[in-house]
Amino acid sequence: MAAPFDTPVLGDVTERGIPALKAGAMAGSKPYVAAAAHQEPLGFPGVLEDGWEKKAIGHMGELLGKYRSLQVFMDICVKCGACTDKCHFFLGTSDPKNMPVARADLFRSVYRRYFTAAGKLAPGLVGAREMNKETLDEWFNYFHQCSQCRRCSVFCPYGIDTAEISMAARDIMDAIGQGQKYCNEIIGKVHRIGNNLGLPPPALLDTLEGLEEDMEADTGVAVKMPIDVHGAEVLLVTPSADFFAEPHVLGLIGYAKVFHAAGTSWTLSTKASEAGNFGMFIGNYEQMRKISLRIREAALELGVKRIIFGECGHAWRVAYSFLNTLAGPWDFLDPRYPVPQHILEFTNDLISRKGIKLDKSGNDGMVLTVHDSCNVARGARMGDKPGGQFTIPRDVIRASVPKFVDMHPDTICDKTFCCGGGGGLLTDELIELRVKGSVPRMEALKAVVEQDGVTHMAAMCAICKAQFTKILPYFGHDREMVVSVHQLVSNAIVLGDND
Amino acid sequence: MAYTSNGATIEADEEGYLINITEWDEGLADQIAKDEGITMSPEHWEVVNFLREYYSEYQIAPAVRVLTKAIAKKMGPDKGNNKYLYELFPYGPGKQACKIAGLPKPTGCV
Ligand code: SF4
Ligand code: SF4
Repeated sequence: MAAPFDTPVLGDVTERGIPALKAGAMAGSKPYVAAAAHQEPLGFPGVLEDGWEKKAIGHMGELLGKYRSLQVFMDICVKCGACTDKCHFFLGTSDPKNMPVARADLFRSVYRRYFTAAGKLAPGLVGAREMNKETLDEWFNYFHQCSQCRRCSVFCPYGIDTAEISMAARDIMDAIGQGQKYCNEIIGKVHRIGNNLGLPPPALLDTLEGLEEDMEADTGVAVKMPIDVHGAEVLLVTPSADFFAEPHVLGLIGYAKVFHAAGTSWTLSTKASEAGNFGMFIGNYEQMRKISLRIREAALELGVKRIIFGECGHAWRVAYSFLNTLAGPWDFLDPRYPVPQHILEFTNDLISRKGIKLDKSGNDGMVLTVHDSCNVARGARMGDKPGGQFTIPRDVIRASVPKFVDMHPDTICDKTFCCGGGGGLLTDELIELRVKGSVPRMEALKAVVEQDGVTHMAAMCAICKAQFTKILPYFGHDREMVVSVHQLVSNAIVLGDND
Repeated sequence: MAYTSNGATIEADEEGYLINITEWDEGLADQIAKDEGITMSPEHWEVVNFLREYYSEYQIAPAVRVLTKAIAKKMGPDKGNNKYLYELFPYGPGKQACKIAGLPKPTGCV
């Protein structure tokens, strides 16, 4: 179990300064290394084998050739420093190696040594570094202190995206036999069982049946949780945490009620019982593709006309930005609807054309704020207008609750801070990093709690929900303070008298 | 890591979850609980036993809601809620109770 640590004292969100540096503060923070049993099923070497250094450099060369952006990011940083204090992990840990530019330099220094003339001739002069065990260990630790949230890239005058560099670093580490247990074990479960949780179909069916009973007991209406229904109009792909954890499952109940009230036929799928795609976190295109293809297969087998994604941040980035390349073409789906569509787009559209009715008194006494998920905010969009990924979730929340307030402008929309658990870091051994990385978000939350009486924070991502459930108590809040957006819709929706 | 129970060495992963779940017995559960700072009461056992029953049928631990419903049925509606389960297992009923029950840790975004 992780060593004890002090929960940071929260500062004032309006006066955030650059923390006094604590060199090496997080030098010991690292996730478990994947065992051979978690590496080999993904086609990665089980352990570091002789000659891994050369292999790492070879793989780096391949990636530099394949991804133009990575090559450009290596060469264009002018060390202006604009990104330094923009990373929640730096702000929360004060470790200078968590400054985005320093993180990128871990990669860049190796790049210089092997791929630039100056680095080959006079490595000492240009900060070039050998790939050796010491370098690798530092990579492993600090590339797993990046949640790939892309906040730094918003402030970089050149748009350098440290998230992409972290992904490349992780891909190299997998390729030489030093992967991360959390991600790779989970990806193995997706291939073997169908979802991140490892929920086999009979357990899923039993869970859904239980939810149908609960919904009928609560509302008196027989709302269904259909699964593997051929010929349904919509295939809903959602994170498996929605079947399992709180408050996720309350969001799932919300989706079901919306489909019911709208009269849209829909289905879940045992094959695509996971929206998440951890292939992105490990920077592995092949894994991303394989995981995405399950969705295509399920859609074809079930003969659906539309695909809708549930509340999951990184899944939506993969879906919105890459699904067509990874698993397209989608010409067999109904062209009148976006492919894929987000459940928030679907619900918002119904609200705006009065296709469903909401009664805010279902959320009486609640004052809401919202946490923008980094992958939704900076990796995707919603709707057909710029900034839709910010306005649509807010419109849905406002329509469902009596009062809504936003947090400090430096912490929302495209400047949102990561929850502290994204990018494949939502694992218990990284709890200190997760608590400290949540500090900027917790400071902003504290301000609206004190000034505006905020009682709940809505989230639209399974990772954010699990992370906040875990870390809110460290800061004196109830774990149930975090809610799913569709949980609010669920509390407000009027069932039964819709036509 | 590993546990010693009745003179036998029982392998566990880095966090103390058993590698081979068939090596579990009640004495070992007591020992794992103690390491977690928990003294097993009849209420703890109700939860652990239910987890094991569910696992043997479905090869996965039950969803939080399935667990709270089952506990409500067995121990009364005032105990069938998340808060009560967190009182029993402060590190989370899912993960901590699974460890004591000798079951694998639920993975993913939970
Ligand atoms: S992507 Fe996010 S976590 Fe990674 S360095 Fe940039 S700000 Fe930090
Ligand atoms: S903001 Fe961009 S150019 Fe400036 S130091 Fe950071 S990465 Fe380099």
